[in-house]
Amino acid sequence: MPIDWIWGLIGGLLIGTGGAVYLLGNGKIMGASGIIGGLVDGSGRSTAWERIVFLAGVALTPILLMPFYGKVDTHITDNMLVLAIAGLLVGVGTRFANGCTSGHGVCGMSRLSIRGFVATACYILAGGVGVILFRHVLGVI
Amino acid sequence: MLRHLIALIAGSLFGAGLFISGMTDTAKVQGWLDVFGAWDPTLAFVMGGAMIPMALAWIVRNRRTTALTGAPLPPPASKQIDSKLILGSLLFGVGWGLAGLCPGPSIASLSYGGAGLYVFVAAMLTGMILAPALRARLDKPVPAE
Repeated sequence: MPIDWIWGLIGGLLIGTGGAVYLLGNGKIMGASGIIGGLVDGSGRSTAWERIVFLAGVALTPILLMPFYGKVDTHITDNMLVLAIAGLLVGVGTRFANGCTSGHGVCGMSRLSIRGFVATACYILAGGVGVILFRHVLGVI
Repeated sequence: MLRHLIALIAGSLFGAGLFISGMTDTAKVQGWLDVFGAWDPTLAFVMGGAMIPMALAWIVRNRRTTALTGAPLPPPASKQIDSKLILGSLLFGVGWGLAGLCPGPSIASLSYGGAGLYVFVAAMLTGMILAPALRARLDKPVPAE
């Protein structure tokens, strides 16, 4: 669809604005895996309530926007084993790397962090090889 | 109070951005990663768009000593590239490609992702709980023969 990239750009600007508000408002880096992970193991500088309120905002705005969109298709696979393995890899991997697409990708690369660039290159490479392997070779996704 | 209001605003902007950009649609993420399939460039526009306000915010950060709430600003970025960063990012990337979901969008689609999404989130939380113990095992020096 030709207008997808425009919505991508608008959505991206909103994501970046959220990160800017969090950085200049609360002095924190907006990394989703760090915010979620810190709630699980108590690591990091934020309090539990700050994390919960942030995540509530993330989870609730799509509900408010939904009436303008109608049915939203997530295309999430029905294969629960694939989802469970993927979730474990995402959970372990983001905690090892101390960041994900928002922390290393958006917040890290925008400050020209070498860790941000290395992490992003690694997860895009692994994701690309993974999708090609799982989709075109093994046919599991 | 102000700190929580700011967290709510930031989280809402993040959630709205993920939803509007289509990043909660796993087909878009897998479409970006699948260079041999019907390649979908949307994610590049999302990343690029997000980088603009963030880069400006980092410039403002360099001219300030504290955040709006008086909280300390993040220290300069670490330059340390270690095996944990690389191994973790590779593991994360495989999971990201497999499901088409990363942590932010998994939370943003909590209300409409269905049973599959709950399985993913539960597994992700389990992985996050297990990570410190797994990391400790990796860090343990290999005993000499």
